[in-house]
Amino acid sequence: MKSKILPKLGRFALGLPALLLSGCTLDLLEPRGPIGVANRNVILLELGVMLLIVIPVIIATLIYARKYRASNTSAEYLPTWSHSTKIEVFVWGAPAIIVLALGAISAWSSFAFDPYRPLKVSDASGAPVKPVNVQVVSLDWKWLFIYPDLGIATINQLAVPVNTPIDFRLTSDAVMTSFFIPRLGSQIYAMAGMQTQLHLLASEPGDYRGEAAQYTGRGFSDMKFRTLAMTKSDFDAWVDKVKQSSDTLDSASYPKVAAPQEAAPVEYFAHVQPGLFDAVVAKYNNGTVIDKSTGKVIHMQSAMSDMQMKE
Amino acid sequence: MAHQAITPAGSAHDEHEHHETPVVFGFWIYLMTDCVLFGTLFAVFAVMRNQFAGGPTGKELFDLQGVGLETLILLLSSITFGFGALSAQAKKHGLFIFWLAVTFLLGLSFVGMEIREFSHMVAEGNGPDRSAFLSAFFTLVSTHGLHVTCGLIWIAVVALQSFGSQAWTPRFMSKLTCLSLFWHFLDIVWICVFTFVYLMSVI
Amino acid sequence: MLGKLTLSAIPFDVPILVGTFVGVAVVGVAVLGLITYFGKWGYLWREWLTTVDHKRLGVMYIVLALVMLFRGFADALMMRTQLAIAYNGNPGYLPPHHYDQIFSAHGTIMIFFMAMAFMTGLFNVVVPLQIGARDVAFPFLNSVSFWLTTISAVLINVSLFVGEFAQVGWLAYPPISEMQFSPGVGIDYYIWAVQLSGVGTLLTGVNFFTTILKMRAPGMGLMQMPIFTWTAFCASILILAAFPVLTVTLGCLSLDRYLGMHFFTNDGGGNVMLYLNMIWAWGHPEVYILILPAFGVFSEVVPTFSRKPLFGYATMVWATIAITFLSFIVWVHHFFTMGAGPSVNAFFGIMTMIIAVPTGVKIFNWLFTMYKGRIEFNSMMYWVLGFMVTFSIGGMTGVMLAMPAADWVLHNSLFVIAHFHNVIIGGVYFGYVTGLNYWWPKIMGYKMNETWGKRAFFFWFIGFYFAFVPLYIAGFEGMTRRLNHYDNPDWHLQMQIAEIGVLLIACGVVCQLTQIYVSIRDGKLPANRDFTGDIWNGRTLEWSIPSPPPAYNFAVIPTINGLDTFHNEKEQGLGGTDKPLEDIHMPKNTSAGVFIGVFAFLIGFGAIWYIWWLAALGLLGVMATIILRSANLDIDYYVPASEVQRDLDEHSRKLMAQAAE
Repeated sequence: MKSKILPKLGRFALGLPALLLSGCTLDLLEPRGPIGVANRNVILLELGVMLLIVIPVIIATLIYARKYRASNTSAEYLPTWSHSTKIEVFVWGAPAIIVLALGAISAWSSFAFDPYRPLKVSDASGAPVKPVNVQVVSLDWKWLFIYPDLGIATINQLAVPVNTPIDFRLTSDAVMTSFFIPRLGSQIYAMAGMQTQLHLLASEPGDYRGEAAQYTGRGFSDMKFRTLAMTKSDFDAWVDKVKQSSDTLDSASYPKVAAPQEAAPVEYFAHVQPGLFDAVVAKYNNGTVIDKSTGKVIHMQSAMSDMQMKE
Repeated sequence: MAHQAITPAGSAHDEHEHHETPVVFGFWIYLMTDCVLFGTLFAVFAVMRNQFAGGPTGKELFDLQGVGLETLILLLSSITFGFGALSAQAKKHGLFIFWLAVTFLLGLSFVGMEIREFSHMVAEGNGPDRSAFLSAFFTLVSTHGLHVTCGLIWIAVVALQSFGSQAWTPRFMSKLTCLSLFWHFLDIVWICVFTFVYLMSVI
Repeated sequence: MLGKLTLSAIPFDVPILVGTFVGVAVVGVAVLGLITYFGKWGYLWREWLTTVDHKRLGVMYIVLALVMLFRGFADALMMRTQLAIAYNGNPGYLPPHHYDQIFSAHGTIMIFFMAMAFMTGLFNVVVPLQIGARDVAFPFLNSVSFWLTTISAVLINVSLFVGEFAQVGWLAYPPISEMQFSPGVGIDYYIWAVQLSGVGTLLTGVNFFTTILKMRAPGMGLMQMPIFTWTAFCASILILAAFPVLTVTLGCLSLDRYLGMHFFTNDGGGNVMLYLNMIWAWGHPEVYILILPAFGVFSEVVPTFSRKPLFGYATMVWATIAITFLSFIVWVHHFFTMGAGPSVNAFFGIMTMIIAVPTGVKIFNWLFTMYKGRIEFNSMMYWVLGFMVTFSIGGMTGVMLAMPAADWVLHNSLFVIAHFHNVIIGGVYFGYVTGLNYWWPKIMGYKMNETWGKRAFFFWFIGFYFAFVPLYIAGFEGMTRRLNHYDNPDWHLQMQIAEIGVLLIACGVVCQLTQIYVSIRDGKLPANRDFTGDIWNGRTLEWSIPSPPPAYNFAVIPTINGLDTFHNEKEQGLGGTDKPLEDIHMPKNTSAGVFIGVFAFLIGFGAIWYIWWLAALGLLGVMATIILRSANLDIDYYVPASEVQRDLDEHSRKLMAQAAE
């Protein structure tokens, strides 16, 4: 009876993953940017390399277990055999070779796709495309995006032009979390008093889910944002739309914006006070902030002093 | 297994009385874990050594003279404890109690001076909640201080037990060996504290 | 007087908790009533609660682990059910406040009170028997360790009904675990439960390290130790080196919370990254503390039932040592996304991958132990095969995560959850269950029920794939861990399939409980009973003595002349000894361990609720108990040689009676 069920179970087991995947979007395997593509390729590459050894091991386990079962008295039985130099060399050597290959991929990809490494893209004429700077502040439980060059800011909505490098600088004004847009690739932590960096690029227009990947407390599940990747002209239109908002963000209105809020709606700020991001970093560093591009220590002016820490 | 002779009970007892217990070895292993614990605290201090958060630095706070005196006292107590251990080996009870009492007083004055230093700093508003640097400082130094306090209680207990029937038994002696390991270990830790916390902060 | 504790701390308004409380109370009263009815209190106190016998402590550890498994699994069931329904605007039945406590408790309980307790239980039962010792090096300390673990488990369960538990995940990352963001008592419950049980674990580490180094039978060199003992030894080293780091880490967090210090706060110069480094400098060795003994179990079970010596003993030992060493230099792979430089990431990525080499070697060694053997297929070999298949997959996904460029998208996703359940269920849990089945007859004198054992295996094995393959996929779909509700239809499908998986595993848990019940019920049947002490035709010393062993284990300490001495002598018809019987020196039972445990509980509970007089009382109580114990002269006794002889005669009589049947 068993022998009849097992093949059926086997077929079912093989069919199961296919069933699970049908009609689903596997965000990480269908990236929409070069970093995401790199992440995906590395995953698939190492999966392939490892399957070279894992599949034979699993098959050998099942075959040996069946062949050398006690009831099969015709199989060879070596009751004292416990050593073979050849096999020992193989059991250390085979995994070592696999790991050597993976280690090389690991070293190369850690450098090549380092989140801190700026992306370089050229436009049709061969001129380098100027990156868009975005400063990200993670708050309880929402995301604040500041576009320092455009002088605007948003809550829970990130718009980016396609085929343009996006230079993110991230910090937190609450707990630690991780900034992640699955379809664009790599994530990075956002921590209070620290500045981290991330460089991404969207290669196709679309609406991509962005999320907090590190648990942040009560409002964590709704701490998400939409990433709108759009053409240059659409992006300009979006910027204009934000600039028409009646709200502005400065040291006076910031505490209210930064107050804890669950499932926060999208908000636009037509104007943002310059240096706000630095001030958020500086308030956890005794009023100083390090300019990451020059390495200089900047002392924030007292203009920001009313932006007191919320306790 | 069936052919076993039975020896008279008495002879076996003697052998077991002198059975080497692994107590001292086990305690040594425990001390190694304490070493890891202090090592971690030193690492935390190293990370936090410049996190003054606008508060005072070690240079402004530490009084090397007082700390030097503390160091001398603790080192001296190690020597006096050594004399105590020697008198125990010689089973000289009076001498043993004397040296233990001296050690105890030295240890007590060390803890007293430390408490004075701490209360002084707290009174000036430079308590452990002032900055990460001070948090690490207070935690490291007072962890050592707590160990010394435990050592003091232990010295008192051992001194008391030396009056009872436990005195000079193998169990008592191995207890004393453990205590002496502990006491000397605290000395070594203190030398590290003195060097890495006080001296390096002031220089 | 009562600190922060008021009547409002008791969650009368949460029906699930009130129901649980009523259930626990009814069962508790019933158990206590039964004990009273049968007049077993004296027996329980004298023979079990105050025991210093490593075998009985081991049994109690395993009972504790199974109870905690039940609690931790109930949490898992609730979480999966929440996620199967909390989709598209449906908030589910667990609000975040409650749900967040459940996932924090699930991890904490499963690691510290299920896996660690189970592991320590196996150490206790097996290690002294395998090395030919009469007890561990410090039997009283062993009792203290057990009680510290137990009261910590009680403490964490008290949080269900008095106050709340932590809502920050099982590692309590700051700054969310700081006072500023979590002013409740939940984190304090977490800190004290983990801290007190950590002290117990540290003492266990000291104990077994010393036992294994100092108390081996004459002739047993390090390279003649059974592999399980080797893994227990390496796990002890890891405990000794890693648990002090945990103590300091949680200590600093408590100082932040209680005294307003600034180790990990956002302000005042605190540094969260320091906490992450420190907690994982403990945390990564911790997972090897758990898995190495499971490897040890497999290394005992596979040779026994393949009727062959272990293939490549020396290789196995060196692989274990390599893992022990490497486990200390991989911790950064838990946070490649922190923004460390590429060289740091690459270094830790490669180190992590290197660990896969000795681990892979082990898999191969078990494979070649089966090769050209005569494999007896009982439920234990089912678990072994299930492990080898599952763990290979888990190891593979682990190496995937070790690649920084892959981890940048997989970090914190359900892929990670699937991976570590893959190795912890498929490796650690399968291993410990195999060990339970394998050594049960040694302790109980009869074997476990096979039918229910196999049923349990199939439910666990199939349930595992249903529960966790969807999580791997959800990880690829970008679903992060610890979500309470979501609105992505792709995720919903996976969550529903995972729900089926967890229900299958629930059947597996029920089968296991049934297996234990049926085994005890049928224990007296002649088919299950074993008087020889060597029911599996085993290879190591624990099978050379009667089952259950007498309190002193070995009537005569055996002399070892190589690996598998017991098995070889058995094959050659040798065995026995001409050495004369002697009086045996044994430690007396003591209640000091229980008292230290109870007082430690008061310290924890008092500190959690800011009831300082209670905490001070507990501290004084602990100190007084230790001092009184230190002054107690009546701590040992001798088993007279005549009584040992009587036990031996009784055993031979039983053997002959069985042979006559």
